[in-house]
This record gives sequence, C-alpha cells and structure tokens, in this order.
Amino acid sequence: MCMTSAPPKVRDEELLADVISRLIGDVRHVAVGNASPIPATAALLARERNGNGRPYVSLLQSRKHNFFTDGARELFDCAGQGRIDVFFLSGGQIDGHGNINLVSIGDYDHPKVRFPGSFGSAHLYYVVPKVILFRTEHSRRTLVPQVDFISAPGANAGNVYRPGGPIALVTNRCLFSFAKGRFTLDSVHPGHTVEEVIEHTGFDFDMPGSLPATVPETALPSPATLKLLRETVAPQLAEVYPQFAAQVFGVKAFGDGEKALTV
Amino acid sequence: MSSIFQSLDDALSAIIDGCMVVVPREVSGVPMAATRALIKRGVKRLHLVALPTSSLQADLLIGAGCIETLETSAVSLGEFGPAPRFSAAILSGTIKMKDATCPALHTALQAAEKGVPFMPLRGLIGSDILKHRSDWKVIDSPFGNDDPIVLLPAIKPDVALIHAAMADRFGNVWIGRQRELATMAHASNKTIATVERIYDGNLLDDPVLAAGTLPGFYVDSVAVAERGAWPLGLPDYYSADADHLAEYAKMAATPEGFAQYLDKYVYDKRAA
Repeated sequence: MCMTSAPPKVRDEELLADVISRLIGDVRHVAVGNASPIPATAALLARERNGNGRPYVSLLQSRKHNFFTDGARELFDCAGQGRIDVFFLSGGQIDGHGNINLVSIGDYDHPKVRFPGSFGSAHLYYVVPKVILFRTEHSRRTLVPQVDFISAPGANAGNVYRPGGPIALVTNRCLFSFAKGRFTLDSVHPGHTVEEVIEHTGFDFDMPGSLPATVPETALPSPATLKLLRETVAPQLAEVYPQFAAQVFGVKAFGDGEKALTV
Repeated sequence: MSSIFQSLDDALSAIIDGCMVVVPREVSGVPMAATRALIKRGVKRLHLVALPTSSLQADLLIGAGCIETLETSAVSLGEFGPAPRFSAAILSGTIKMKDATCPALHTALQAAEKGVPFMPLRGLIGSDILKHRSDWKVIDSPFGNDDPIVLLPAIKPDVALIHAAMADRFGNVWIGRQRELATMAHASNKTIATVERIYDGNLLDDPVLAAGTLPGFYVDSVAVAERGAWPLGLPDYYSADADHLAEYAKMAATPEGFAQYLDKYVYDKRAA
C-alpha cells in the first residue's frame, strides 16, 4: 500500500481528529497515552498546523514523538507539576458527572466484564488542566447514568487539590463540552441528529438554547487540514500505530519502525 | 570471581515460588525469553508488579498459572485487543488483583529506592481504586491547610527482571532511556537482566554510555538472550512482531487455544 490509496472522502477518524485538534487550542504541551490513535492524530495535527514545532507532543508509546529521558515516570512528574496542558482519557463507561470507568462492569469483586485497568487516569484527570474524553462507541452501554467503578471522578470536593479535569467528550456522533459537573451538546457530526444523540445517551445533558434545532452541525475538516492529515501526520503516526495508519490512511511506517537494526 | 554471565535458567534461579517480581511496561524491554523460561520451569504463586502496565508478559504468566497476585494499572494487548487470559482470570477470581494507577506504582518504587516507608501522590481521592486499596492512606498534609493527600507504602520487590541491549563483564547494563529499569533495580533486593549481547569493555568508562548504564553494583545475574524481548520490541533495536501478537490474541481467546500456544512457543512441542 502507498499514500495515494488514501480515500478522497472525509473519514470519521479525520473528522474526529480535526474536532479534537481544535479543542487542544493554543497550548505548550499535549500528551497522549496508550491505545489512543485518534487523539494522537489530533495532537500531531495541532502541531503540524502551527508549523513551529508547538505544541510539544508526547506520545507515550513512541520513540520519536517523546522527549522524556527520565523513564516512564517523567510524564506523571511533568503532569503533577502542571507541565502538561492537554491529555486524553476514555472509559468502558462514562457517566453524566464526568466519572470514567476503565476497570469493570458489575461488582468489582465479581465483575461481569473486565477492562484493562485505570492506567494513569487516577492522577492525570486531576492535574492536567484540559482533559478531553474520547469514546468512539456512543451508546447507552458506554454513556451511562452512573459508572459501576470510578477509575477517576469528574469532580471532587472543594478541598481536594484539583487544577485539572474534563473539558469535553468527543464521540462518533457528537461533541459535548463539560462544565460545572454537566455535559452540554455543543455540536452534532454530519450525518447524525440530536434525536439520535438523545436516544443513544444514557445520561441527561444540556443543549444551547435548550432546543434540538439550536444545536449546530460539527464543521468538516478543511481541504488544507485533510492534506496535512494524509500527507504529513499519517506517516508519523505509523511508527506508533501501524495498524491504524494502514487501515485509515493506507500508510506504512518509514524506515527503522519496520526492520530490526543490528545490535 | 565467578562470571556475572550465566545460563538463562541459572540466572533466573533467584525467582522462586511465591516471590515478588517487578517487570517493566510493554515498550521498555520486556524479558520475554526469561518469561518463557520461568513458565517452562513451572514457577508458581508469583506476586507480579508490572511497572506500570503489561501486555503479553502478564497475560502469558497468568494463563500458565504462575501468578497469585497481580499489581498493575492495566493489562492489554493494545492494538491487538484485550488481554484474554488476564480478563478470564479476573472474571473467574483465580488471581488476586491489586488495581493501581501508573504514577502510584512509580511513586511506591521511588519510595523503596530512597529507603523511606512511603511517598505521597496527588489525585486518587474519590477514585474507587483508593477504596479497594486498604494499604493506601489519606492524610491531611502536615504542610497544608485542609489539604487531603494519599500516601503510598514503598514497594520492595524481591527481584527486578529486565531486558536490555547489552551488559559488560562487570555486570553493568546499558538501559538507555528506559530509566524505570534503574528505579526497579534500585528498589529491589536482587536484579536479573537478560541482554542482547555482551559489551566488550567497561560501559562506565565511556561517559556517553555511562549516563544510560545501570551499574553492576545493583545487578546479581545476567544472561545473554538474543531477541530476548520477542515478540515484543526492544526500543531503538527492534519492533514488536505484529503478526505474532495477532496470532497470540487469536489463540489465547480460548483456554484450548492458549494451551496450544504454550505447546508451540513455550514448551517447544508441536501444536495439536
């Protein structure tokens, strides 16, 4: 496969990466954790769009897009000090209070379903100013009234040190913003409707003007953004997310990502 | 003085049944050849601390019945999906799980390397992880004013088990940027390293190499295991074997398939 096989039509992953990259805004440092190919795409897009190497982008599992030299703990030390401005989290369940569950469904001691685990969420959700929640499956199974296990809460009592927390939730259907403990439906992606969002969301949320008709449609990525995504971002992504880069962009990793070096 | 270099099985002899072993995350040089050797030997009741997460290594050890307690922040095969033997063990209650969050494990090992009983960490308050960890405590910071903060007891493993690019005959191990391997070694009673090759000389003589070297002072035994992280990758040397990991994910989805995987790739028997 080569890059010319990238489809001309806007793919869902491209739309979502564009939405997320606009949420990132003008910041100094964006970090992306494990198993987050679309947020990684968005972070690299935000950097390529600025064209000045800013924001710094740290992809946890990458060799090239990762400046840390003090081991795996440096990311968390960096975040604890406030040196990471944006991070991404997801959840097997996310509820209307912004609580996320990365652990299990059912009783913790006798679960019905087990997820991988909480990763760094129980620290990063508290200390990173802009946490963007991301979940491609928008359903009543994933967006629930109350999570079964709180890996990390959406908010805390006033005396708990918490400079950070959720600012938005991006799904395959829409974009919610988060403030004062509640989600607001900011825009619905092309091809989806407000009624459909209501039908598939397990928690209550607000709407601007309180009417479905007042919710705008999410803007499509511009041709310039699509060109950047496909030609500049995708090959960089292939080093850390080879399957994703191949499936979405038809791109393979360059050089040393592919072949073993002689030790 | 006997050589620091031993056969793989001899080097692993300090990992006895029931001991606490700390291993690195899936992208930091995972000693997979050593892991297969431990399964072959039939090690039992390990308390595995995966710093701070794991993939194939924890899943294999769990599936093979080597783990009693698992302490980590997540186990997953990443792009290849959930870790099937981990999920099955949690659902059937066959392992004891100590759920954590990544920086909690780094912090608890840092406490051990400093020789202090605990260290504080921000976050965690209001998380159900904290609710299920009776060994973690919340105090009001003695330096604050109504400022609750979590204290984590030091984790002091019996053995740190690592894989790296090279070691010299003095036991110095070049770990490069994988500094958590040094934290693991500092915190643990013993350290066992497998390496791709022997470095002819002293790694500490070259200031460039010395900066990325774990001193032999901390290292108890070293075994050469070429491509010892396979099918996972070794940073800057080789990538993960995606085809193999996909095959594992498929085979390990059922107990029967997992048994065939062990026969084919661990016990060197032919799959049925």
